[in-house]
Amino acid sequence: MSALIIIITVWIAQSALALAMCLCVYRMVRGPRAQDRILALDALYVCGMLQLLAFGVRTGSTVYFEVSLLIGTLGFVSTVSLAKFLMRGEVIE
Amino acid sequence: MTIDFSAVPLWAAILGSAFLLLGAGLSLIGTFGLVRLQTFYERIHAPTLGTSWGTAGMVMGSMIIFSAATGRPVLHHILIGIFVTVTTPITLMMLGRATLYRDRSEGNSSPLVKGDQALLQEQNSEGGAS
Repeated sequence: MSALIIIITVWIAQSALALAMCLCVYRMVRGPRAQDRILALDALYVCGMLQLLAFGVRTGSTVYFEVSLLIGTLGFVSTVSLAKFLMRGEVIE
Repeated sequence: MTIDFSAVPLWAAILGSAFLLLGAGLSLIGTFGLVRLQTFYERIHAPTLGTSWGTAGMVMGSMIIFSAATGRPVLHHILIGIFVTVTTPITLMMLGRATLYRDRSEGNSSPLVKGDQALLQEQNSEGGAS
């Protein structure tokens, strides 16, 4: 019974996160300016991280936790460097 | 290492599932706001819903389910929550400042409300007169 509840819930959560990723991609393609695209990319990174967390719950494996942490780190670094590029025109001064 | 979920007690399954649904739903609402809102300065607020309670809900849900399934406290998921909570304000602050800089260098001061705009013009004219 509890396994059924968890499986159905994780399925719903993954569907919601997949829809959220689609909305992020829509904003990233449509976005009028560069900062909108960067913001959408940041949100897409977060949604992908949560998606992998939900996938880890579904498979019952603890390996996906490390992948999720890695995606969070890469999302932070990429968004900061892109924002710095918008500000200055170059990343490393 | 895989885990059998049939060993999870019912209350833990319901509690963890509620947190998972809360996190995923809040992330969805946040990205929906990212699509729906009109200007960038409104849009920059929307994804923080997913990075604050969205991430916290997913992390707490998976922590509860893994702890109940393995019979010992599984706390390392909280690293994700701490990391995301610490880094999101930094990225959004840098992005907002870069956008403000771009907008000001192009001459459109859209983020300011009307009163602030009048104040800014007044300051500019005073600065020009002196």
